[in-house]
Order: sequence, then structure tokens, then C-alpha cells
Amino acid sequence: MNRTLRKYFPLFLMPTFIAFLIGFVVPFALGLYLSFCKFTTVSDAIPIGIRNYTQIFSDATFIHSLWYTALFTIAAVVSINVIAFTIALLLTRQIRGTNIFRTVFFMPNLIGGIVLGYIWQLIFNGILLYFDRTLTYSATYGFFGLLILLNWQQIGYMMIIYIAGIGNIPPDVIEAAKIDGATNRQILFRVTIPMVMPSVTISVFLTLTNSFKLFDQNLALTAGEPSSKSEMLALNIFNTFYGRTGAEGIGQAKAVIFFLIVAVIALLQLYLTRRKEVQA
Amino acid sequence: MDKKHAKGRFLTLLFSIISVLYVLPVVIILLNSFKKKAYISKTPFQLPTGKMFVGLENYTSGIEKTQFFSSLFWSVFITVGAVAVIILCTSMCAWYIIRSNSVFCRALYLLFVFSMIVPFQMVMFTLSKTADLLKLNTPWGIIIIYLGFGAGLAVFMFSGFVKGVPVEIEEAALIDGCSPIGTFFRIVLPILKPTCISVAILETMWIFNDYLLPYLVLDIRKYKTIPIAIQYLRGGYGSIDMGAMMAMLVLSIIPIIIFYLSLQKHIIKGVVAGAVKG
Repeated sequence: MNRTLRKYFPLFLMPTFIAFLIGFVVPFALGLYLSFCKFTTVSDAIPIGIRNYTQIFSDATFIHSLWYTALFTIAAVVSINVIAFTIALLLTRQIRGTNIFRTVFFMPNLIGGIVLGYIWQLIFNGILLYFDRTLTYSATYGFFGLLILLNWQQIGYMMIIYIAGIGNIPPDVIEAAKIDGATNRQILFRVTIPMVMPSVTISVFLTLTNSFKLFDQNLALTAGEPSSKSEMLALNIFNTFYGRTGAEGIGQAKAVIFFLIVAVIALLQLYLTRRKEVQA
Repeated sequence: MDKKHAKGRFLTLLFSIISVLYVLPVVIILLNSFKKKAYISKTPFQLPTGKMFVGLENYTSGIEKTQFFSSLFWSVFITVGAVAVIILCTSMCAWYIIRSNSVFCRALYLLFVFSMIVPFQMVMFTLSKTADLLKLNTPWGIIIIYLGFGAGLAVFMFSGFVKGVPVEIEEAALIDGCSPIGTFFRIVLPILKPTCISVAILETMWIFNDYLLPYLVLDIRKYKTIPIAIQYLRGGYGSIDMGAMMAMLVLSIIPIIIFYLSLQKHIIKGVVAGAVKG
């Protein structure tokens, strides 16, 4: 099989491989290299060692956005997963209209981040009007605004994943627990939750990376106002590249740090929750 | 038994109320799109009655300002083109990687998986420069960029599925004189159909709503997608024309709702399959 297949290498592998080089490998390698350079376009790069990286840590907006993003990510991951899991539990109890509810809850997930941002901007500003304020009055408003927005968008998605997980629990396991005299609470914490750990792994992974990398919603809802105080990391990096002149090197170095943080927390989380997965 | 019944009815009622609240934001936008623009920010929660009602004025001005139909066309063109290319190329690629199992292929596979955790900001600047240099800043060119940047997830999902397909079927086809091309298109691809649908749905949801990649890659004086057109409405005119904004938000949600309601079952299945594989 192998030898006949090898002749077909150009047809099967080449298109994806070349696009992958253009769309990922080359930009990634170049980005890594440029983070150690001073440049405005790619061709005028001069290596300057780690100076870009040392400048990041004296950049107050970056440090602020790092904390803001971290705090937001924790709040989003916890709220989205707890609510989504609760709804999934209730909707798997064979109540009337389950399918309609699922359809409704999932719907916002298909709407793009920019559109979502402007929808909620109108609503939050409308509510805050009663208090004579706007969404860009303080970064705290932006924080909770974005949190509600992201909950609205992602609860449905995670709910679907949890419903699938709960559906995969063999009924006889629950039955056996009941016969052994387990209370509803015990069944939930000792049987249901351990059995849906694979769903927890993936849902936490998705919410974690999505909230940490959030960009469109942030841009449309507050655009970082007031004075970059509600700016998350992705937007901070974008503004360093395209909002300040001569800071491309710093922007690229920030992007590398950003990538490293995302990679480390994603892998760490996968490792930690995978350990908790059990077999029936 | 009666108690259980009452509880079920209570939950149905509760969820009905939550569902209404859930669609309320979209309804509010819809109502405001028929309101005179001066009233939208001041009274967003009132019905567009009396002198506030402007009919379709916001829609006509919004469509004109954003050239909405041209954006819709490019959004659909890029999404359909990129998704079709991604499915065809990455399924072939994934099958080849799994079946040939050479050192190169295994290394490439790891690289594809690695690319899934790299955030876009990491390659944003260099990718847009590379695209400019190679003249890929058109709706045709961006399809290649999407194939490259979106390959990771697609290859990963397809390979996961190919691993479960018994190789004996393909060997039998080869012995019967079928070429690898014939084997792939006549035997493997039909088996992969459920995965194709999952990949198509996940990639469609991503590409249709994507803002930053097309904004940086495309020559946006000539080509705008819907998210770019909406963001442009805010950036280009100083103070936002709220009327046009509301109308454009409604128009951009309509295709999504049609897509969702007509393919709902597949979408939900696709999301679950993607999540389990991921």
C-alpha cells in the first residue's frame, strides 16, 4: 500500500502542505524571529536581542490587560460552565419543550463577535442611561458587560456538550447507585459529575481559550475604553501593532508571550482535568 | 407522581421565561431598527410607535452606506469557497498522513495539532505581510490562507476518524485494481461524510463570523465582509449612525438564523462531534 501511495504525494498532501506553510509555518517562524528585531515591515528587520521583551514589562497597559484578561477568564470559565451544566442537568429530565429550549439557548453562539458586541452595547447603554452613565464610564462596567455577553453567547454551546456527556452515562450506573441507597446529591457528585468529566475537560478547554483570546467582542463592545482600561490582551497586542508607530517589535514580543501563556494554560488544564476522567 | 408532574411543569414554565429573555436582545435590536435614529440611544426599550417609527429608512440608508449586498456576497463567497477547499484538501491530507505513516507525515501531523493552540495574534502581522507579498489579498487568495490557518483542526478531526476506518476495505479496492484516487473518492470519502459535515459546520461558524483575519489580509477598500462592514460603520463616520447600525445588525443575523434553523440537527451534532474529537 505504502509504495503505491507515495507516488500520489503531490496530489494528496501538497495543497494542504503549501497552504499550511503560507498560512501558518512561515508566519509563525518569522514572528518568532521578528520578536527579537526592530522593524516596521518584514524586510527592514534589525536584530536587537531581547530588548523588545524587556520593554514589555515596563508597559503598564500590557500588565493591566494581562490581569484584566486573567480575571475575566476565571470569571467566564466558572460562570459559563456552572450555568451550562445546571441547564443541561435540568433539560435532560425529560421536561416538555426541551428541544425548543436547546434551540433557543444555542442560537447566540452562531452570531459573530462584532455583531454581538454592538447588540449588547445598545442594551447596556440603555440600562445605564437610567443611572446617567455609559458602558465606557468605568472598566468594571466593561468587565461585567463582556461577561454577560460571553455567557449569553457560550452557555448554549457548552450546554450541548454537557447534554451529550450526560446522555452517555449508562442508566444502570445511576440505577445501581439508587438501589445502594444514594441520595440525589450523592448521585450528582459521586456519579454524574465524575462520569461527565470528558465533557468538563472539553468545555473548560473551549471556554478557557475562547475567553483568554477574546478580541471581536472586546473591540465592538468597549474598544478598550475608558483609556485602555477595559482592553484585553488580544486587543492590547493589536493596538500595539497598529495603533502605535515604531512599536511593531514590542507587539510581536507581546504576541509571543501571549502564545506561550495560552499554550501553557491549555496544556496544563488538559492534563489536570484528564486525570479526573473515569471509566464506567 | 403528582409532585414530579408539578415539578416538570414548573421547569417548563421557568425555561419558557428564560427562553423569552434569551431572545430579547435580538428582538430589541429588531424593534430599534424601525426607529428614527435620534431616538435609538435615548429610548432603546420603547416600541417604535408614532413619530419614532421610520419604516425601512434605516435599512435603505444602512445598505447604501455599507454596501451591504456586496459584503454579503463576499462573506458567502469566502465562506463557501474556503469550507469546500478545506474539506477536500484536508480530508485527502489526513487520509494520506494516517495511511502512509512515514516519519515526515507523523511530524507534519504533530505540527498540525500544535497549530491549533497558537492564537491568531501570534501570526497576525507576519501573515498579513506574507499574504500581501504573495498577492493573496483577494477573496480568492484568502481561501488559501484559511486552508493554511484552519488546517489544524480539520486534519485533526479527519485523522481521528480515518484511524477508525478498517484498512482492509481499501486494500481490497486496491487489489481489485482501484487507484488510490479512486479508493479515496469512492470508498473513503463516503465513509467520512459525517465528519465532513462536522468540519463544514465548525469552519463555517468560524469563517463567516471572522473579523480580524479578513480585515488584515483583504484589500478592504475593494472587498469587505459583513463583520468588516459593520465595524466600518462605527469607524468611518465619527459618531455612529445608530439607525443604520441597527438595520445592519438585523440584516447580518437573518442569514445566520436561516442557516441555523434549516440545518439545526446537523449543527448540534457537528458541534458535539467536534468537541469530543477535540
